[in-house]
Amino acid sequence: MKILVTAKRVIDPYSKPSLTSDGRIDDDDLDFKMNPFCEIAVEEALRIAEGADDDVEVVAVAIGSDEATKEVRTALAMGAHRGILVEMDEEELDSDLVAKMLQKIVADEAPDLVIMGKQAVDGDSNQVAQLLAEYLGWPQATFAYKVALEGDTLTVQREVDGGVETVTMSLPAVVTTDLRLNEPRYASLPGIMKAKRKPLATLDPEDDLEIDLDLKVELVDLAKPAERQAGVKVPDVDTLIDKLANEAKAI
Amino acid sequence: MSDIIVLAEQQNGKLANASRNAITAAKALAALTGGGFDIAVAGHGIGDVAGALGGYGAATVYTVDDAALAHYTAQAYAQAFSAAVEASGATFVVAAATSIGKDCTPRVAARLDAGMASDVIKIEKEGGTVLYSREIYSGNLIGRMKINTDIQVLTVRGTEFAMAEASGGASATQAVSASIEGVRMTYVGLDAVESDRPALTEASVVVSGGRGLKEPENFQKVLEPLADHFNAAIGATRAVVDAGWVPNDWQVGQTGKVVAPNLYIAMGISGAIQHLAGMKGSKTIVAINKDPEAPIFSVADYGLVADLFEAVPELTSKLKAR
Ligand SMILES: Cc1cc2nc3c(=O)[nH]c(=O)nc-3n(C[C@H](O)[C@H](O)[C@H](O)COP(=O)(O)OP(=O)(O)OC[C@H]3O[C@@H](n4cnc5c(N)ncnc54)[C@H](O)[C@@H]3O)c2cc1C
Ligand SMILES: Nc1ncnc2c1ncn2[C@@H]1O[C@H](COP(=O)(O)O)[C@@H](O)[C@H]1O
Repeated sequence: MKILVTAKRVIDPYSKPSLTSDGRIDDDDLDFKMNPFCEIAVEEALRIAEGADDDVEVVAVAIGSDEATKEVRTALAMGAHRGILVEMDEEELDSDLVAKMLQKIVADEAPDLVIMGKQAVDGDSNQVAQLLAEYLGWPQATFAYKVALEGDTLTVQREVDGGVETVTMSLPAVVTTDLRLNEPRYASLPGIMKAKRKPLATLDPEDDLEIDLDLKVELVDLAKPAERQAGVKVPDVDTLIDKLANEAKAI
Repeated sequence: MSDIIVLAEQQNGKLANASRNAITAAKALAALTGGGFDIAVAGHGIGDVAGALGGYGAATVYTVDDAALAHYTAQAYAQAFSAAVEASGATFVVAAATSIGKDCTPRVAARLDAGMASDVIKIEKEGGTVLYSREIYSGNLIGRMKINTDIQVLTVRGTEFAMAEASGGASATQAVSASIEGVRMTYVGLDAVESDRPALTEASVVVSGGRGLKEPENFQKVLEPLADHFNAAIGATRAVVDAGWVPNDWQVGQTGKVVAPNLYIAMGISGAIQHLAGMKGSKTIVAINKDPEAPIFSVADYGLVADLFEAVPELTSKLKAR
């Protein structure tokens, strides 16, 4: 069995990107890391591999600049067996292009299962896995909370509005991770050493994947959101009630 | 034929309220394009909901009724909705950014070879181009996107578009058949969170708790009496959802639900950027936290630096006594 996972490089969710004077993201002092939902995806693939009777190969893919090699190596250090980087300037990507590239990689690698993040926490688009699943004609279970594999039937509990939904799918299929699926492991030192020798292929989107790089969706400009007016601190509960009643008219 | 179509969501024959937010977004878009709008609804035995949808001012309500749609699955519904869009000839497709909208709409876009913008908060037109605003980087920045394909697909954030009210009249209806095939997924069941409270995304008051509540029982003991007083929905931070104190469905934030009630009361919540991304659009925000430096105070209209175990019961009993 083979599982493909994605490992997107994103701005660290706890750092606060600001704008340069010409309206671009100032990435001077920003930290980058693997998208947290991708970490959960890598972890889930490793758990399936560790729990399986047969050999399971886990292949980690990132699409991004040369820097994103780091995130692929992190996935390898966690335990993935092989890595693929499609080298491409992140600013020239949209969700559809990422999905089309992954479609080519899936055609080539023929995995039984693709596990991805439900969203990339930089752009929050929540699209790529669904687009990929449709291009492949595969079933999908997004927002996975629990995943169980039996034969080639995957049972997934999904976090949906109003509760937890259960679906079954036959493989091959696409799954996206939600926060509660698992707690991703840290790469161990031996893991990091081993990862350096694991195979990592770098592909060119045009030469190797034969992808047309036109964008369906483009970013036109960026702006700061309107800041909320800073409020006041109230000394006690009575003042709070008075303000809510008479000033905010909220009660 | 209109140039805009709303993909309406129904469950057990009942229209999802979020689809009424999407109708408002479609009307806003129609005002920019100068066109009208249609509605598509998919399911099995959906005559009633199709009838109800006829009262919102759409030119035509397209229905896709098929036994294969008895329960929602992404694969089947994507086929149904894309067939409806093709039948309508629409060039703009609007859906609500609910869990179904997020799950299904990208697949519809893929089938239509269309570009898609998710969770749109504002729609504008500049020099003939429609621009879609979205929050990115945990709401730190707003990006305006344009879509280059013939068909443009979007999901919209409910908090930014009011819920449309039925205005009477009746749209034409048209049945569309979708010959659904190749579905390899089956709906098994829903473990629903039972509650008498209003839905989190629709409540006019939301009372939210974080790790400062210390123990799961304190959601019942301390937070719920205040929520009861307002008939409020209850929200929570990721920290307490992850800890299993409350249902997943209660998480407010960048990766949970986005809410914008009239009144949002945050207790024992630090105010991490990911939490703020889900509630900073609320009309009035109250924060109760014992740490005067907690970032939640940067968005609170009224901040009370106090031990919540004293302040919240006092607040509840004084509100009740009013
Ligand atoms: C990828 C990713 C996605 C995330 N998505 C979300 C999301 O959607 N929503 C979300 O909420 N978080 C999200 N988070 C988590 C977020 O970063 C914070 O960790 C989380 O919001 C903190 O929860 P908290 O405020 O309950 O806990 P803490 O940060 O621990 O804060 C507890 C607060 O309680 C106060 N307190 C303690 N005791 C008392 C008392 N007796 N009286 C009054 N106050 C008291 C403390 O002063 C403190 O400010 C996400 C994180 C990541 C990495
Ligand atoms: N450039 C990329 N490289 C690898 N995986 C990606 C990339 N972009 C998106 N993904 C995957 O697709 C998921 C959804 O991304 P998005 O639709 O952009 O929110 C992410 O959680 C990743 O798992």
